[in-house]
Amino acid sequence: MRQKLFATPYLVWMLVFTIIPLGLVIYFAFTDANGAFTIENITKVGEYTSTLVKSVWLAVISTVICLVLAYPFAYIMSRRKEHKRRIMLMLVMVPMWMNFLLRTYAWMTLLEKNGLINKFFGLFGLGPFELINTQGAVVLGMVYNYIPFMILPLYTIMLKIDPIVIEAAQDLGASPAQVLFRVKVPLSKPGISSGITMVFVPAVSTFIISRMLGGGANLLIGDLIDLQFVGAAYNPNLGSAISLVLMVIMLLCMSIFNQFSEDEGGMLL
Amino acid sequence: MEENYIISLKNIVVTFDGERVLKGINLDIRDKEFVTFLGPSGCGKTTTLRIIGGFVEPNEGEIYFDGKKINGMPPHKRQVNTVFQRYALFPHLNVYENVAFGLRLKKLPEKEIRAKVGEAIELVNMRGYEGRSIQYLSGGQMQRVAIARAIVNRPKALLLDEPLGALDLKLRKEMQIELKKIQQSAEITFIYVTHDQEEALTMSDTVVVMKDGVIQQIGTPQDIYNEPKNAFVADFIGESNIIDGLMHKDYEVEFAGKTFECVDSGFDPMERVDVVIRPEDIKVTSPENGKITGMVESAIFKGVHYEMLVDSFGSKWIIHSTVCQAPGTMIGIDLYPEDIHIMKKPQEESEEEKI
Ligand SMILES: Nc1ncnc2c1ncn2[C@@H]1O[C@H](COP(=O)(O)OP(=O)(O)OP(=O)(O)O)[C@@H](O)[C@H]1O
Ligand SMILES: [Mg+2]
Repeated sequence: MRQKLFATPYLVWMLVFTIIPLGLVIYFAFTDANGAFTIENITKVGEYTSTLVKSVWLAVISTVICLVLAYPFAYIMSRRKEHKRRIMLMLVMVPMWMNFLLRTYAWMTLLEKNGLINKFFGLFGLGPFELINTQGAVVLGMVYNYIPFMILPLYTIMLKIDPIVIEAAQDLGASPAQVLFRVKVPLSKPGISSGITMVFVPAVSTFIISRMLGGGANLLIGDLIDLQFVGAAYNPNLGSAISLVLMVIMLLCMSIFNQFSEDEGGMLL
Repeated sequence: MEENYIISLKNIVVTFDGERVLKGINLDIRDKEFVTFLGPSGCGKTTTLRIIGGFVEPNEGEIYFDGKKINGMPPHKRQVNTVFQRYALFPHLNVYENVAFGLRLKKLPEKEIRAKVGEAIELVNMRGYEGRSIQYLSGGQMQRVAIARAIVNRPKALLLDEPLGALDLKLRKEMQIELKKIQQSAEITFIYVTHDQEEALTMSDTVVVMKDGVIQQIGTPQDIYNEPKNAFVADFIGESNIIDGLMHKDYEVEFAGKTFECVDSGFDPMERVDVVIRPEDIKVTSPENGKITGMVESAIFKGVHYEMLVDSFGSKWIIHSTVCQAPGTMIGIDLYPEDIHIMKKPQEESEEEKI
C-alpha cells in the first residue's frame, strides 16, 4: 500500500510523458492531414527502406566498435585501485559534461578538408583526405559520443566480479582467453546487454551527428523524421509513421539480441 | 634425494605493503604426502598456498615443482588445484557445471566428464543438487562443491584451504575420512590448511606449525604433539601448562619452587627455560604425596574427562583427569620425568631479558 504511494509520481509522469505521447504518435501515424484513418503513411515508409537499413547498419557498427573498445577498458578500470578508478571514471565522464553539439562541432573542424587532421597530413605532403561527410565520420561521431554509455554499465558490472572467481578459473587450468570467454564475459553479460541497448538505441535514431559529420549524402532515419516535423517536407503524419516503424525495428533488434545472448550462455568458446 | 620432493619452497619471503608476511619459508614436500599447515589466523597459511598455486609471486626465494623451478609460471600452467578458503565458485554456472569446469577445459569427451563429475558429486554427498544454482546453496554445500570441483581433476597436488571449515561436526568427520581415502587411493599430494588441531593431527603425515610468517616446527603429528619444539607449538597443539623454569644441569630442572628430574639435556647451566606439561600427564594424589600442592578451583565435565583448574600458591594448573575432585579440595600433583618437556625460551624474549 505504502510502496504504491511512492510510485505514484512516476506513474503520473509515465502516463503524461510516455503513454499519451505514444498514443498520439500512433494516432498520427494512422491518420491523414484531415484526421481520417489511413495506412498510407505506413506504406510510404517503405520508400525509405534504404535509409532505414543504413541507419540500423551504422548503429550496429558503432555499437560493435563501442563494445570492442569499451570492454577491455572497463575491465582494466575495474581492476585498478580505488583512486585510479576514480580518475579513469572522470576521464570517461568529462567529455559528457561538454555540450553535445559543441563536441560534434569540434569533430567537424578536425575532419574538414582544411581541418587539423588534413593539415597534419599536409605536412608530409599527404592528402587532403575525404574525411568529413563520409559514413566513417558518422560512425566516428557515434562512437565518440556514445562510448561512455557502453563503458559505464560494463564497468559497474565488472566491479562486481570477485577476482577470486577468476583465480579459480586460472587454477583449474583456464588460459587468459578461456578465462575471458568462460568467466568474464558470461559474468558481465548484464552489463553488455544494457551497454548495447544504451548505445544502439540513440545511435539508430540520431540526426545531429549524421547531419553534421555525414553531410547531405548520409541522411539517416533520424534526419528524415526531423525533416517531417520541422523541415521543409512538413508532414507530421509521415514523421509519426516512420517513428513508429523505427520503434518496432528497435524492439525487434533488441529482442533478437536478447534471445541470442541468452542462448549463448557460457558456450562462447 | 631431491627427486622425491614434489614441491620445495626455498627461503620464500613475501612482503605486502612493506610488511613481511612470510619470513623465509623452507619446506620440502614429498610426493603423495599429506602436509597440514597449522597456525593462528593471519600467520601466512593462505599466502603460502597462494605461492604454490601461483597467485602470489615471492619477493625472494625459489619454488620447485617436480624438481623444476616454477617461479613466474602462471597458475593455469601449474599442475595443482585449489580448494579456496572462500570457495570461489562460478556464480553463472550450476553445481554440475562448476564441477565440470576443469574437465571441459581439458576437452574430455562428454561421457567421461559425466562419469567423473557424478563420482565427485557423490563423494561430497551432493547428489541431487547437480542442477542447482550456486546462489542458493548453504555455506557447507558450497564448500563441498568447491572440494568436488578441485578433486575431480585428480591433480598431482591439491591445495586445500580450510576445506571443511563450514561443515558441522558429523559431516566434517565423514569428509575427513573421504578426503583421506581419496588422497591415498588417487595418490595425490595434499597440502592442507586447518584451524582444527585434531583434524591436523589425525589426517596428516606431516604437520607444519607456523606463527607470524615463520615455520615453528615441521614433524609428524606424534613429534609435534609429544616433542613440541617450543612453548608456542606446545600451547597451540592441545592445552598445556607452560611454566617458567630454571635448568640446573642436565636432567635436572627447577620450577614451582621444587626440583624435578627430567629427560632433557643440552642446555646451558642455570639457563631459563619454558617447562611444558600436558594437562592429561599430571598425576593427582593426596596433598601429602604430591610434590606440589594446590586447591581445586573449578571442575568441568568435558565428556571423556574432567578439566580442573588448580591454584598452587598463585600459579594455575590445568589438569585433565577421569576422576573428579570437588572444588575446594586440596590435592597433590606429581609428575613423571618423561612428562616434563623442557623448551628453550623464544629468541626475542631471552634477548630482551639480557638487556
Ligand atoms: N593481498 C594482500 N595484501 C596485503 N596484505 C595481505 C594480502 N594477503 C594477505 N595479506 C596479509 O598477510 C597476512 C597473512 O595472511 P594469510 O591470508 O596468509 O593468513 P592465514 O594464515 O591464511 O590466516 P587465516 O587463518 O585467517 O585464513 C595477513 O596479515 C594478511 O592481512
Ligand atoms: Mg587463510
